[in-house]
Amino acid sequence: MAEREQRRRSTSRTDDAEIEETPSAQAGEELKAELDDLLDEIDGVLETNAEEFVKNYVQKGGE
Amino acid sequence: MAVHKVLGIETEFGILHRNEGDSNPVAASSMIINAYVNGFLERRVGWDFEDEHPGLDARGFNEFDALAPEIETHLVNAVLTNGARYYVDHAHPELATPECTDALQCTTYDRAAEEILIRSMDKANELLPDGEELVIHKNNSDGKGNSYGCHENYLVDRSVPFGRIVQEIMPFFVSRQIFCGAGKVGSEAPGLTHSDVPFQITQRADFFEEEVGLETTLKRPIVNTRDEPHADSKKYRRLHVIVGDANMSEVQTYLKLGVTAIVLAMIDDNMAPKDCAFEASVQTLRKISYDIDLSMVHRLATGESVSAIDVQWAYYAAAEKWADRNGFEVIGGQDIGLDLMKRWHDVLEALENDPDSLADSIDWIAKRRLYEGYRERHNLKWSDPKLAALDLQYHDLRPDKGLARRIGLKRITDDSEVETAIGNPPPSTRAYFRGRCLERYPDAIVAANWDSMVFDIGTDPLRRVPMLEPLRGTAAHVGNLLDECTTAAELLRRLGT
Repeated sequence: MAEREQRRRSTSRTDDAEIEETPSAQAGEELKAELDDLLDEIDGVLETNAEEFVKNYVQKGGE
Repeated sequence: MAVHKVLGIETEFGILHRNEGDSNPVAASSMIINAYVNGFLERRVGWDFEDEHPGLDARGFNEFDALAPEIETHLVNAVLTNGARYYVDHAHPELATPECTDALQCTTYDRAAEEILIRSMDKANELLPDGEELVIHKNNSDGKGNSYGCHENYLVDRSVPFGRIVQEIMPFFVSRQIFCGAGKVGSEAPGLTHSDVPFQITQRADFFEEEVGLETTLKRPIVNTRDEPHADSKKYRRLHVIVGDANMSEVQTYLKLGVTAIVLAMIDDNMAPKDCAFEASVQTLRKISYDIDLSMVHRLATGESVSAIDVQWAYYAAAEKWADRNGFEVIGGQDIGLDLMKRWHDVLEALENDPDSLADSIDWIAKRRLYEGYRERHNLKWSDPKLAALDLQYHDLRPDKGLARRIGLKRITDDSEVETAIGNPPPSTRAYFRGRCLERYPDAIVAANWDSMVFDIGTDPLRRVPMLEPLRGTAAHVGNLLDECTTAAELLRRLGT
């Protein structure tokens, strides 16, 4: 996932990250597959007219 | 020694009346609550406004320049058998949980509140004409500059100078959002666009303009000074916290309540860090919210530059010392205290090293992962209405539409405990007395509020039973008494009122 690569790590952690490369790459693949399933599901439940839904969502301030 | 951190959480829910040309949110909110009261309760008991003084200021004055919160006595207002208050506030349905003695119990009541809203919504929709629908969101903003709150309340020691509470809680409130934020697409602060702030950590940081003050509806302050203890005012304050988001993640609600309770207990005992004040708290609150890479440092009054995580680590270290000396009794005991400390530690470590690993427990990180994936898949800009729609739908309480319930967020409450919490009060506070009386003697109760109940037992005058001690009226104190008394008259006689 792009954001995983972009994420800033403190330099002192880089070595640890490399040692764990194989398992974390695997975990990364699993996460990606999971996210893909989730996005499929979301395509199915997202409001059909998103623009209209967002436009009509107006609340009064509260508290 | 700190006073027990009795706590509660109050949430104003977003409401939408779909396919109704001239929708009125006050009427819609009333429909929601009436549907619940008429559909699920034996008898409606109203709220008693006798002791409401939201204009009193903890700094010791009534601030006439400020807009004191209005009390809307004419709107729908009910007390539930679990000890909660369920009412229309401004133009939203609002549910205030009963008083709880620890963060896990309160998280269960927060989840029960969601279930109550879902049942209300279903019931109300049965009554509406075909095609119309009421929809509830557990969020804090409409994305158009209108915000509504999720407030926390904590009991604090009246003898602690309020000025010290303000100073010592401020840096904690400014920085806790890194694990408390519910996340939001874009910004509603004047002049900022999606290219300035595509996504941010909190729903609410855009709306805070002051460090300290009485208001809640405009010029919102990070520390709210409303001085309405709903308890013995010689002994207690109630810190009314307005700077949080409504979380879909139970883990976050738990951490937010539990860690804040620890910090406030530490302040009661004068053991909180004193050198963490930000140079500009309001601006820093927003900067932290906009810094989704958690990479910025912020200036402290001491001249040092530190990250939000650094400030949280400072509070964490102080909390370890505080706990070594005092234990966790005042926040609910050893088990819960150690669990909170471990989670607080682990979440800070994960935020430093691998924030994405928190996508199953922190709303803003769950959202970021989801929205980035969605953007990539459909090649969307952050300003696309589809992302704004996703960002509303994350908080949608309709089980077939809400996204937060589909993405595998970790749970810490249990369904059967939530079911119990929908109808029954916590056994460990005065909410027990309130809730059980409502269940047992509904026809004899005229009104109830946080610190008293008014009975009508058929003989004049009405009898007010004061409940000024939040930890009196528990199951241990009055459980047997309530079991034994078959009528309210008998109860009042045995209570000696």
